[in-house]
Amino acid sequence: MKYIKFLIVGILFGIIMTKSEAISWFRIQEMFRFQSFHMYGIISSALAVGFVLVQIIKRTSMKTYEGENIDFKDKKMSIARYLFGGIVFGLGWALSGACPGPMYTLVGNGFSVFLVVILSAILGTYTYGLLRKWLPH
Amino acid sequence: MIAFLSQPWAWYISGPLIALVMFLLLWVGGNFGVSSTLRSICAAGGAGKQCDFFDFDWKNQRWNLVFAVGAIIGGFIASTLLQNPNPLLINEQTIKDLSSLGIDFNGTIAPEALFNWKNLLTLKGFLVMVVGGFLVGFGARWAGGCTSGHAISGLSNLQLPSLIAVVGFFIGGLVMTFLIFPILF
Repeated sequence: MKYIKFLIVGILFGIIMTKSEAISWFRIQEMFRFQSFHMYGIISSALAVGFVLVQIIKRTSMKTYEGENIDFKDKKMSIARYLFGGIVFGLGWALSGACPGPMYTLVGNGFSVFLVVILSAILGTYTYGLLRKWLPH
Repeated sequence: MIAFLSQPWAWYISGPLIALVMFLLLWVGGNFGVSSTLRSICAAGGAGKQCDFFDFDWKNQRWNLVFAVGAIIGGFIASTLLQNPNPLLINEQTIKDLSSLGIDFNGTIAPEALFNWKNLLTLKGFLVMVVGGFLVGFGARWAGGCTSGHAISGLSNLQLPSLIAVVGFFIGGLVMTFLIFPILF
């Protein structure tokens, strides 16, 4: 039962991602071709509201509903890891038209073949784990 | 109500709602980063025995896997109960550009001619689905996050590393779209 709240937020997320059409391969192409404002509008309005919400949490020292602290860890600075990792991710994002959230949501949309895409993403994560010692971070 | 919700949601509704999802996840004791589920699945499958990157207590991350199951269910609800009866409205130029690459738009959210089980055995289908997914999983972990972790959570918290990652996402996406697509398709 303690997981039901995560299930509910996940359901909400799946509905938003579908209704916003952010899970659409075509919408991702529109974005990378700079032919529509739609995806940029979603990301920038999410950021604007997200920034305000994060500030509220920090300034009011807001707690979780169970009374625990909400911590924001600063990400460790580096260029290679974020740039190279980001480029590999971006290549895959444009090719498959889906980042991890939409991959799950697309399965629910009836594109069962996205189970294979998820499996490949798991394999990609696993391969990264094996190779990470040799990659620049 | 159902008819109202079944229309496509505008960006200025969807974006703030995604921020709300991030907020709700923090409030219930999680955080917004979907690609971490891929690492947890590796750990749950026993990858920690071969590789210490996966040697962590994935059970602490079970909430995120439940979130992912929710995302599947949400996708099902939105595409059935709240199904948009009209074809997707995509920019005319995008449709033209893609059709010149041989990818036809028929109003669905993803090109069905590309994303189907039979197509997995073709070179293009294998590249788009298997290699595409692999790069997403590999790159997300290398960069320490995906669109949710970096572009939304990280940038909302003004993290410079997340900005570098998002610049990387776009370099990769543009290279794929403008340099590799014309060769591939």
